[in-house]
Amino acid sequence: MIKDWSLEELLVNQKIEPMMKPPITKVQLAQYAGASGDFNPLHLDDEFARKIGMDGVVAHGMLVMGFLGEYVMKIAAQQAKVVNFTMRFGKMTFPGDEIRCSAIVERIVEEDGKRWIALDLTAEKKSGEVVGSGSAILQLND
Amino acid sequence: MDLDKSVVGLTSKEYVFEVENRHVGQFAAAIGDNNPLYTDEEYAKQSAYEGLIVPPTFPIAMNNGDAELPIDLDHRRMLHGEQEFIYHKPVRVGDRLRCQMIVSDLYDKEGKSGKMQFLKLDTEMKDESGELVCISRMNIVYRSLAK
Repeated sequence: MIKDWSLEELLVNQKIEPMMKPPITKVQLAQYAGASGDFNPLHLDDEFARKIGMDGVVAHGMLVMGFLGEYVMKIAAQQAKVVNFTMRFGKMTFPGDEIRCSAIVERIVEEDGKRWIALDLTAEKKSGEVVGSGSAILQLND
Repeated sequence: MDLDKSVVGLTSKEYVFEVENRHVGQFAAAIGDNNPLYTDEEYAKQSAYEGLIVPPTFPIAMNNGDAELPIDLDHRRMLHGEQEFIYHKPVRVGDRLRCQMIVSDLYDKEGKSGKMQFLKLDTEMKDESGELVCISRMNIVYRSLAK
């Protein structure tokens, strides 16, 4: 998976190995619409999307956050809980886009036998266009 | 018309949402997130969560289409700028969560195209004993419509 390190040994400013997602598909957008309940035609209907000036359907922003969530949960593995998770929406994502998730350790706080790790998160296209940027706080219990 | 501060604190009607196994599975599959914390009980028991949980963005799917906004908003003016999940406890399959949306903040900022308004809409999710489980916070940019 994504670790040749353990959470306990992470250092501030350390970059964590990124995760690549396979290209987004239209079927995936339909699946995400069904599972999330977001049936906005912008994500499902090319004709509708073109009418409002797009080249075609646009991926749900929350699907991109779902990718970052997958990545964060992989980092937390069995050792930590994700207590806070935030993402700002960036550029639009389209079918065919391959999203790369990456993280840097922003801060580590220790108090009362507990440890929190704050991560800076980025989701970007191959071109480097940022589609989501955010943060997560992982809580480790001893 | 712009919103004013009096909307802060307004709440929507409470609704109950049941977290179902099949729903969680479909949500994780759509993302392509195959973390065993959502499916493998033994693995999940040995984790910090001590049992199965749901993907971290799952609360966004926790409405049956009957959740209404606490205030009247023009959907054309709404831009979902940022999303946050604050977990007090894990969300688990089988949970029956009492959900309610609250306008938690409203503030203005001067933007390139005039004044922009920012709205924080929190969906608070509580368990059956009334304890807070999770807050799903939508930060919305409420734009002026182009003339």
